[in-house]
Amino acid sequence: MLLALGLALVVLGTAAGSQGWQAWWSAGADAVSRQIVWDIRLPRSLGAWLGGALLGLAGAVAQGLFRNPLADPYLLGSASGASLGVGVYLSFWGGSAWAMNAWLGLGLTGAAFVGAVLAVVLTLLLARGVQQTLRLLLAGVVVGVVLGAVTSLISLLQPQVLQAMQGFMLGSTAFVSWSACATMAVVLALCLALAWVFARVLDALSLGEATAQSLGVPLPQARMVLVGVISLATGAAVAHIGLVAFVGLAAPHLVRSLVRCTHAWRLLLSALMGGALLVLADVVARVLLAPQELPVGVLTAVLGGGYLLWRVYRDADTGARS
Amino acid sequence: MAERLTSGRRFVCKTSAWISAFAEMKTFGFLVVLACFFLSAILQPAHAVTVLDDRQQKVQIAQAPQRIVSLLPSLTETVCALKQCDKLVGLDRYSNWPESVKSVPRVGGGLDPNIESIVALKPDLVLAAGSTRGADRLQALGLNVLRLEPRNHADAQRVWRTVAQALHVPSADSDRVWQRIQAGVQTAVQSLSTAARQQRVYFEVGPAPYGASESSFMGETLTRMGVGNILPASMGPFPQVNPEWVVQARPDVIMAGDSSRASMLQRPGWGRLRAMQGQRLCVFKQDESDMLVRAGPRMAEGAQLMADCLNRAAANGDAAGGPAVGPTASGAPR
Repeated sequence: MLLALGLALVVLGTAAGSQGWQAWWSAGADAVSRQIVWDIRLPRSLGAWLGGALLGLAGAVAQGLFRNPLADPYLLGSASGASLGVGVYLSFWGGSAWAMNAWLGLGLTGAAFVGAVLAVVLTLLLARGVQQTLRLLLAGVVVGVVLGAVTSLISLLQPQVLQAMQGFMLGSTAFVSWSACATMAVVLALCLALAWVFARVLDALSLGEATAQSLGVPLPQARMVLVGVISLATGAAVAHIGLVAFVGLAAPHLVRSLVRCTHAWRLLLSALMGGALLVLADVVARVLLAPQELPVGVLTAVLGGGYLLWRVYRDADTGARS
Repeated sequence: MAERLTSGRRFVCKTSAWISAFAEMKTFGFLVVLACFFLSAILQPAHAVTVLDDRQQKVQIAQAPQRIVSLLPSLTETVCALKQCDKLVGLDRYSNWPESVKSVPRVGGGLDPNIESIVALKPDLVLAAGSTRGADRLQALGLNVLRLEPRNHADAQRVWRTVAQALHVPSADSDRVWQRIQAGVQTAVQSLSTAARQQRVYFEVGPAPYGASESSFMGETLTRMGVGNILPASMGPFPQVNPEWVVQARPDVIMAGDSSRASMLQRPGWGRLRAMQGQRLCVFKQDESDMLVRAGPRMAEGAQLMADCLNRAAANGDAAGGPAVGPTASGAPR
């Protein structure tokens, strides 16, 4: 039933997303209007949903894996890695040495994805594998800070990349194409399947590491796969829609506050919730200042942050039942 | 084996028949091609041009563009200086010159273009700065996107030529306008007094503070005038400088935008800088800064602004009793 509710929300979100700032439905016969609705609005709404779903899924997996309600998809350094990738790309752009062609050939999206994945690999190397979650968390934080510093250094040496960098960091769904949707859909399907299979491990983990081990769960392999899911999902989302804040953190919380269920369902619902949230935010971002647009990341940060604050405040009020 | 041979011979026969048929067709085909060629020549008065953009990609422009969207102010100004202003149908929010473009619809900024509104304008050419996602997306949607980002004097000339070619402006015309712009820059250079030429300048582009070195567009203009810059080219075009370093370098003149003025006075040691006294500090208003920093057709006006500032400063220095510190005194600490 909840699944149906989530899906309905998503369909509603996609439909609303196609409305935009002017009624185009009346001019359905016009080729340009058709292009606007079919090639611009539909892929971007769908892209917003897919990106939100990827972030929601990654967030739920991260919170389960690290047994920490504050964990979010960017925990392992993906965000700063992606920023660095974009920064390097932008600073190479217009450079005289065309030896940088390989990196430029990746495109902005490819550069961000490679950066995000390399950052997670670096985190794994520093943490010497996934055996200790605490070490993994620390390594993620360190990698995030160091790569962030390198990005700052690049934008310091080349101030002309500063503005473009900021555009990326705020996140936007305005430039999502059909091919980007296809990529994200494939990644989402893969990650959901993997997460579904290994959700049992997260259930066991919620009872504590020792208990999980005594239950005979293949912990090391499961951790490796789940870390892979987090990095792949986050990398794909960040590469296409930029650093959208708080969706990955808020979606699992929202699901947890609505239903109590096993991790398998929680992961699925978090993905659906994340998608619905981001589409909703995207639509609001488009109509709020129409015909201008707000970067959707700004909106999710304000809304997501506000929601979390409200939850914390309310929980403190009722005396921390959980 | 034998069977294979015969079948092979049959195949050869078939092929030769085909070839003779083909030869007959070829003369006919040749005529068709010839007819097509003439027809296209008649239907298309202007020949297609192919230009290279900043990505080294070929952009083909079949005929003179009639609906142009420009997403960079210097490119807007270039289009207008080529007398094609009336072809502009959409602009980024920062394009503000000449006056006539103020009524052209806005389609977001260069970094956050509104894809929908641009597509709705049905442009046949989009001029965009190099490295934006928006340009990628517009190209993917089937629009003809030309990416150009002028950053220095050489770029300005290259971009000028490329845009002129893309707009099907005869090169004789575009070259003539360019010559006039260069003559304007030369006039500005020659208007400098000898005393003005001996000064050293610190050009601040942002209050962080970011300065403009010799390799920036403004720095190149200064170099062309023969005046010194306290920031060498080796620091990159727009280095972030330590305020203390500027104090030590003792520039004779400081040029800055409006945004820098307030913070400048608060920097320790800057109050006693020679360049901060009277006429030696030139603060440019926003519309003046636009001329100075945009590597476009208004570079002569920008150069004249700098020249006027330098002349004022030099005259002021003479009135106060000769140049105080020689230009070489700064660097070597003892």
